[in-house]
Parts: sequence; C-alpha cells; structure tokens
Amino acid sequence: MTATDRREFLSHTGKFLLLTGTAAAALEHVLAGSAEAAPGYAETAHWWGMIIDVEKCIGCGNCVRACKEENDVPREPYYFRTWVERYHVESGDLAHPQVDSPNGGYDGFPERYAALAAAGKTFFVPKLCNHCVDSPCEQVCPVGATFRSPDGVVMVDRKYCLGCRYCVQACPYGCRFIDPRTHVVDKCDLCYHRITKGLTTACCEACPTGARTLVDLKDPKDPVHEFLRTRTIQVLKPQMATNPKVFYAGLDGSVR
Amino acid sequence: MGGVIPGVDGYMYPNEMELQWGVLIVLYPFITGLVAGAFILASLERVFDVEAVKPTYRLALLTALAFLLVAPLPLQLHLGHPERSFEMYLTPHLTSAMAMFGFVYLWYLMVVLLLEIWLDFRKDIVLRASSTPGWRGLPYRLLTLGSRNISAGALALDDKVGRFVTLVGIPSAFLLHGYVGFIFGSVKANPWWSTPLMPIVFLFSAIVSGIALVLVLYMAVCVVRGVSIDMRCADTVARYLLYAFIIDFSLEMLDLLHRVYEADESFKSLDFMVHTRLYASHILVQIVAGTLLPLALLALVRVVSLSESARRGFYAAAGVLTLMGILAMRWNVVIGGQLFSKSFLGYTTYKMGFATREGLLAAVLLLLLPLGILWGLVKLLPPWTEETTESPAPAV
Repeated sequence: MTATDRREFLSHTGKFLLLTGTAAAALEHVLAGSAEAAPGYAETAHWWGMIIDVEKCIGCGNCVRACKEENDVPREPYYFRTWVERYHVESGDLAHPQVDSPNGGYDGFPERYAALAAAGKTFFVPKLCNHCVDSPCEQVCPVGATFRSPDGVVMVDRKYCLGCRYCVQACPYGCRFIDPRTHVVDKCDLCYHRITKGLTTACCEACPTGARTLVDLKDPKDPVHEFLRTRTIQVLKPQMATNPKVFYAGLDGSVR
Repeated sequence: MGGVIPGVDGYMYPNEMELQWGVLIVLYPFITGLVAGAFILASLERVFDVEAVKPTYRLALLTALAFLLVAPLPLQLHLGHPERSFEMYLTPHLTSAMAMFGFVYLWYLMVVLLLEIWLDFRKDIVLRASSTPGWRGLPYRLLTLGSRNISAGALALDDKVGRFVTLVGIPSAFLLHGYVGFIFGSVKANPWWSTPLMPIVFLFSAIVSGIALVLVLYMAVCVVRGVSIDMRCADTVARYLLYAFIIDFSLEMLDLLHRVYEADESFKSLDFMVHTRLYASHILVQIVAGTLLPLALLALVRVVSLSESARRGFYAAAGVLTLMGILAMRWNVVIGGQLFSKSFLGYTTYKMGFATREGLLAAVLLLLLPLGILWGLVKLLPPWTEETTESPAPAV
C-alpha cells in the first residue's frame, strides 16, 4: 500500500466514522422522545381513557400501592400518580364536604365516620390524571416535554423537562408532582409500558371490586360504550373545559 | 389531608402540599417590572420631551439594564434542570405562555436596551476611548465598536435612531411586563391568577415600581455624590409616580370589587385566605403601608405647599414604601396563589428556606446584585450630564 493509498484510506474511514457518529447521535436525539418499543402496537388504533364506578370503590388503597410499586413513585407522602379521597357529606350540604386522603389512601382509611353514618353519606373517589383532550398542562409546557400521544395519553419526556413547574400550576386536578430524585415532573401515564403490550394498568389490575377500568374508546367492542350509554356519567371540573377522558359513574355533586 | 399535617388546614390534594413556586419566582416579576418601569420613565424624556426628568434619563436606562441582566437568574436558580433551559430557544412550544420569555427577553435586551444605551452613550464612549490610555481605556475602545465618528451629523443620526429605538422600546417594555402578567393571568386552573386584568395590573404596577426605584436611586445618588437634588426633576418624577399609582390602585381595586361582587366558587376560599394567611402581606404591607400611605404622601405634596427638604423626605419615604408595596404585591400574587387548594377545601403554608438554593439568602443576594451591577455600570459610563459636558475634547 502506498503512502497516498494509506492517506486516502484514513481520510475515507475518518469521514465515514464521523458521518456515522453524527447520524447515530442525531437518531438518538430523534428517538429520545419516542415511546418504549412495543412491536405490533398501533398508536392510532387506540384512544385510551378510564371509567370509574364510584359506588364500587371501597377505599382499600390497592390501586395506590400498585401504582407506586409499578411506576417507582416516591414512597413518602405527597407524591402520587393516583390517590383515593374519602368524602363525607352531611345531608344536602354539597358546598362543605369533609374530605380526607391520609397518605393518598396508600394505607387504606382508618374508620372515622361510622358514628356519623346517620347524618350523611361517605364514599371514596379514586383520582388520577384525566388525560384531558384539551390538557392545560400540555398547553403550557415551554418546551413540549409534556405531550399527548396519538392514542390519547398525556405523557412527560423526562429527559426534556426543565422542571419549571408551570404544568403543575396549570393542572386543575392536582395530578402532577416534581419527583424529588430527578427534579422533573411526573404523573400518571396510564402505565403506558403495560397498555401498549396488551395489559391493563397496575391500578385497574389491583382493584378488587372493578371500580376502575381502563378503556379504549376507539375499540367498538370495548364495554365502555355501553357503560357511557347506560350510566349517569360525570367528569371532574367540567367548567374547566379540559375534556377529560376519565369518566365517573355515580359521582356526587360535592366532589371537586 | 385534614388537620394532621403541620401548616395545612382543611383538605389539599396530596400533590399540593408543597408550593411549586417560591420567593425566587416572586422576584422574577418584581425585577422585570422594575426594568419595564425604569425604561418607561426614561422614554418620557426621550419621546415626549419631558425636559424636567432629564437628570434621571441615563440613570434610568442603566438601572433598567442592571436589573434586566439579573432578571433570568431567579428563574435559572429555580429550574429543576437549568442546563436544559436553552431548549426554550431551540424547541419553543408555541402554545406555552412561558416559551416566549427567552425571545421577549433577548429582544428587549439586545434590540432595545443595549442599542439605546450604546447610542446615547456613544459620544462619551468615543471621548473616553481617546482620553483614557492603557488597559483602562480598553473597555471604551471595545465599546466604540470601531466607530469614532462623533461629528455633529453622526450625533444627530444617533439621536434620530435612538428616538426610533425608544419608540419601539415603549411597546416592548409593555410587552415584557404585560407578558409576565399573562404567564400568571392565563392559568385558568388558578382563580387567584386567572383574570384578563392581570397583564395590565402587572404593567401599571411595573411602571409604578420602576418610577419609584429611579426616584429613590436618583436622590440617593445625589446625596452620595454631594450634589444638590434637582427638585424640578424630583417633583416631576413624583408627580408621574402619583398618576401611575392612581391608575394601578384603581385597577387593583376594580379586580377586588369584581371578585367580591361576583363571589364565584373560589371566592370564599380566597376571601378566607386574605383574612388569615395573607392578611399581613396583603392588607397591611401591600394595601395600607405600600399603597395608601405612599399615595397619601405623594398627594399631600400636591395639595399642601411644603419646603424642599420636607418634599425630599416625603418622596424618599413614598418611594421606599412603594417598592415594598409592589414587592408585597408580587409576593401575594405568586405565593398567595398557591396557599389554597384547587379543591377550595383547604390551605397550606409557605415554608421559606434560608441558605438554600431557593431560600431567603439567595433572594436577598439577587436583589442586591443589580445594585452592584449598576454601581459598575455607573463607574464605566457615568450618567451625569454635568460631568460629560466637562469631558476633555477629543485629541483628534
């Protein structure tokens, strides 16, 4: 091999390596916001939501525990992707419900209203991200780290989030928190890593009474259609016009 | 979560216990407001030919620059990942009210303020570049940007362009701070913030705070330099402060009246908050000590004939009280807006750290930093008109 050949070879190899490296870096950047690979899953074929039957919830806290376990949510109080509230409403006093949610319902609920059973009603309300179609959190994110996937799940690109907390302020439902370990925002993503593989969410799977059910509004065979057609349905804070996809059956007017 | 958590009354959603925006985010609208207000005062002289406020003109411009340079720092300190903040320039999310801040900021800094200051100080810069030898003259030689032409024609052109930049600058200053108001006013989830009046209230309070700051700084600087205060100037600035303050106060009272009369679903919650957790900072500091008292002092000067020294005292007191009141207003907006639950069933408490990244110490340092920068700017480019006229003639 002559010196010229060697120089050409080195030059070509160098250019090749440089270009491949750049292309790989660019590809990695492009893929950084993509969902976890789920072969055979067609994003556009689904439109995810959840139905919650308030009367079936017994406040056991299974869903809260399952969610924290599945999604590595900080165990200490005040960080929740889902939580359960207990309402106690004295007759007719919709404006002043007594509400508590000790540790988000993680440990269940200690008895509190047994003596007051005659005076009013007590019930449990599971809460989670409403995966709003017109989500204010997604609207306000300055860099688009919060986004809605084509199948209707509001998610966070944790590698892109600045941690400015504007989305936390914008969510009317209190569904977002800043993870103290990563300093970026976190929230329910409907267990996206599970639902794209044909499984249900951790909370729905753990619910012993079927109070919460993951639904696919694009699937004509999903029982959600009959549920929505036959039951009295409400969403949280409809006045916010966020178009939530978590539908509650049997929701009391005092719930906010 | 009811009674068992210290500092929490009633029910907060579990994720709401911790306040998201602390004292540093209080400083952000306060500092940008001072910038916008100081610039608008400066532009009075430039565009509307208010001759009386001329002694404050250049000081106001340098003050605006000193505070503008510090304005992004509280945001950077607050971010969970400040190293990613540049993404706001690269991939701005166009529906976000916050995404435009970087662009508005750069526009204001580069296109308006730096250009206007450079044009206005160009003659001084060129004179000093020629008269200051060695390394001390280096900053001036660099600041000339290669042009040492200070002929009458060139200076006239500077003035013409400067006037145009100011004309662009006034709506830009309105944009800068009205925009900051919009960041809060457009959050529909938060009834304490969500009002279309927010940008305009922010804007007028910005003008008030900027004028008050320049008034106080001007008088303080005169005392430090041992020169007499131009009372025609101080009287005029104080008069503008009074007028701007009356508009600002009227707007805030309109907002309050509207809330009380409408009494929507959030009203009981907000009303309770104002009477308890926000009572001291809202009623006492912002409204009584920070608004009514300075308004009374400024109005008194207009109706009663007072001696110069009494007026100076009144202006200094009114200026300092005004600044305190506007700072309290920012506090009440930012912190107050997070003390109640979006369920309207409970209240939490803001616990401010001291020597933490977002604590009181950082806030105090960030408030002192612009004054330090201003000191440096004044050393570099003395804004005193009487001195610049005595500058040595150029050697060329």
